[in-house]
Amino acid sequence: MSDFLYQFIALDLPPMLTATFAAMSCALLGNFLVLRRLSLMGDAISHAVLPGIVVAFLVTGSRSALPIFLGAACAGIVTVLLVELVRRFGRLESGAAMGVVFSILFAIGVLLMEQASARNIDLDADCLLHGQLETIFWYPPRSLAALFSFQTILQLPVELLVSIAIFIVASIFVVAFMKELTIAAFDPALATSLGFHAGGLHYLLMVLVAGAVVASFEAVGSILVIAMILCPPATARLCTDRLRVQMVLSLLYAALSGIVGYLVAAFVPMAVGFESSVNAAGMISVISGVLLAGAVVFAPNHGIVSKQLRRIKLTLRVLREDLLALIFRAEELQGGVVSLPRDEVLVAVGGGILPGFSLNQLLRDSDLNTTSSLISLTDSGRKKARKLVRSHRLWESYLVNKLGLKPDHVHKSAEQLEHFSRGPLDQQLAEEQRHPASDPHGRVIPKDE
Amino acid sequence: MDATGVVSSLTDVSIIWPSISEILETLLLRAGFNSALVVVGSSFLGLAAGIVGAFALLRKRALMGDALAHSALPGLAGMFIVITLFGGDGRNLLLLLGGATLSGVIGVVVVQFLAGYTRLTEDTSIGVVLSVFFGAGIVLLSVIQSMETGQAGGLSHFIYGQTAAMQVNDAYLMVAVAVCVLLGATLLAKEFSMVCFDSEFAAVQGWPVATIDLMMMALVTVVTVIGLQSVGMILIVALLIVPAAAARFWTERLTYMILVSALIGGLSGYLGSVASALLPRLPAGSVIVVVAGVIFFFSFMFAPQRGVIAGGIRLLLLKFRVQRDHLLRDLYEICEGSGASFKNFIPLQAVPIVRGWSWLSTQVYLFIIYLRGEVAVQEGAVCLSESGYNEALRLTRNHRLWEQYLVLQAGVDAGHVDYSADYVEHVLSPEVVHMLEDELHRAGRLPGAGELPESIHAIVHGNKESS
Repeated sequence: MSDFLYQFIALDLPPMLTATFAAMSCALLGNFLVLRRLSLMGDAISHAVLPGIVVAFLVTGSRSALPIFLGAACAGIVTVLLVELVRRFGRLESGAAMGVVFSILFAIGVLLMEQASARNIDLDADCLLHGQLETIFWYPPRSLAALFSFQTILQLPVELLVSIAIFIVASIFVVAFMKELTIAAFDPALATSLGFHAGGLHYLLMVLVAGAVVASFEAVGSILVIAMILCPPATARLCTDRLRVQMVLSLLYAALSGIVGYLVAAFVPMAVGFESSVNAAGMISVISGVLLAGAVVFAPNHGIVSKQLRRIKLTLRVLREDLLALIFRAEELQGGVVSLPRDEVLVAVGGGILPGFSLNQLLRDSDLNTTSSLISLTDSGRKKARKLVRSHRLWESYLVNKLGLKPDHVHKSAEQLEHFSRGPLDQQLAEEQRHPASDPHGRVIPKDE
Repeated sequence: MDATGVVSSLTDVSIIWPSISEILETLLLRAGFNSALVVVGSSFLGLAAGIVGAFALLRKRALMGDALAHSALPGLAGMFIVITLFGGDGRNLLLLLGGATLSGVIGVVVVQFLAGYTRLTEDTSIGVVLSVFFGAGIVLLSVIQSMETGQAGGLSHFIYGQTAAMQVNDAYLMVAVAVCVLLGATLLAKEFSMVCFDSEFAAVQGWPVATIDLMMMALVTVVTVIGLQSVGMILIVALLIVPAAAARFWTERLTYMILVSALIGGLSGYLGSVASALLPRLPAGSVIVVVAGVIFFFSFMFAPQRGVIAGGIRLLLLKFRVQRDHLLRDLYEICEGSGASFKNFIPLQAVPIVRGWSWLSTQVYLFIIYLRGEVAVQEGAVCLSESGYNEALRLTRNHRLWEQYLVLQAGVDAGHVDYSADYVEHVLSPEVVHMLEDELHRAGRLPGAGELPESIHAIVHGNKESS
């Protein structure tokens, strides 16, 4: 094994994997917090476990995992109960109730910690915020073959083993209770009436969140845990509408943030000439934020780009239809084929870049003919235009006859409705009014062909 | 120094309690200029936060302060790096707070954007922004630590808060800001309360709701940024929320709520900073928040109208009243059922078994009506007094009127009405009773005004089976 590889396996792999598994546990459970509008409960719990951990320290005097975990889990449950109490009796919205509870608990935690640090107990306020990924390392065997033996696994750093264990527990919980968690996330009342104990499930979820938070403390610190709980699920939520897909994606994003974040923090600063690496936990949450920002912009259905593209497409379609209808109405007035100056038509539908673009589309689809600067309808264009004008006038007469609007008030509504009323709806409009011959303004409604 | 001396100094964790005169001196701002400065500054900060927080809480924007405070870290650290790179002193407070404000405001704008233009909810948006921005800040802090000239020690004060580091100018700044906030909130009180209670109505009335919201957020921003140094970015949100939430318990009126909130905030800042000055190892930010928390807990428990204890007592009194009504009616119906005179004493064993009361609660309820002079007690037997008889008659009548009404108007089966009438009989006002009488009289169900109708179902009591 080369020296570089050995160093990587000894110094970088354990913290990277610890962070990755911690991020994945948090993200897995975070999906349900995001869906149930309990995001801030993750925030609240990650602050409020602090006094639980310190009390566990002070009582047992040890840093072993079990008492800390119990202390944190108790603190998590207490937080959830207190928030509920304050919300009910204080008649506060749940966000404010969480704010009250977690900030006071955190303040108590800080005070307790300051007192504890006087007794030489190794608790550092900064560690709880930053995490201490950099302190996780081990002495792996020299040969690659020995690396994959059972003995080696037992020698892995305890932080890594804990975060893997939490991930396994969280996965088992989620897989076992998938159905119940799903129904409780979307409709707690239905869940209760179907006989699931929605409340009990809620508390179980909160205990696991507290567990994941504590396990991730070592890795990423208390505040950055919130990023792990919220960012990957939020990113996944922007990318899909299906819960199972969302959960798989969130795991993927969490793993990606963990691995990329760690590698960037460990190697990029040195590569660009810095003396030392930067804080890995911070970088991991920054990467998860970058992923989220990417999803906000580029997500297939809910991203800004695809939303804008959809709007532009719609605008173009409306403009195309308006253009055709405009020329069709001119033909009606003249009683025959007309050719209109291209520029005047463009100005009439609004002017700007998009009308010109839509005109080109019409030429390409041969709905329009062009000779020098004049444009006229082709047969296929005339057919489309007739359909649209028919739709427009059917709506106008429907609005007047059936809804009792005044004839001079209906043009604008019909102008919008015409673009969305296709075939069967037009048919229905016509039938309900017994196939009217003309609209309220006295213009002939074109026959359907 | 000998070995035992070293050990004792290492294990000596006892707190040296200050003397009463020391406490008084600090409380009265006579314990030196620095201490007085910190106390005055913190009190004014608490005051300002209390006022702004009350509006923010009612506008449901309280946690925006949290997002703002956490997002301030990258701006703070970034500004430190920029200043240091240009060769200046990185601890220039005004520049640092400028950077903090900038990134904090960017954070809030991002929250608004995410909540408004994507499918993410507001709570998720707040959570992701505060954690990601804070993470970026942590990265920048570690960059500062690796810079040769960098001393990030001063910056970590902003996370947990450190009032002891307060300078003269900082205290003046806090007082000035508190006065400005006071002024701004007073001038805009009408506008703020309008958007707090009904922003849509305000918009319809032609008020510039967006501008008013912006001004409110500006005040929140100012208080948050000023509080960063002394309370710290994690806990400053507590100063915005906790006094306001505590004040909510004491009053239903906005003006009073704001005054109470300001008072609680100021008091927390005052007592917290005094305690922090007197005792070792008490970071001021946390102490201030814990003091506010204690006041909150006190309000939560003991507030006269909305407190938990007041609510519990109200519930208990209502229960006693209801059960006393039931007991009186039971006594009446026992006499009526056995055909005995109401002057006769009824043995206690006959007192309702049907309600499933324990012996103890039966004794309690009997004691209540005994205290009210509604029964006379004699050797294990009770008898309705004159006033007790009248009350029992009234209650029984109300009960039966309601039963008749349910049968007549709601079409409920006679066997089903007893249970619901049990709930309603206690709250029938004279007006309702009058209306019931009229209606039943017209339907020919009432023998005569003031008379007691027969019960329309069999009455089951302990003594029924025996007779």
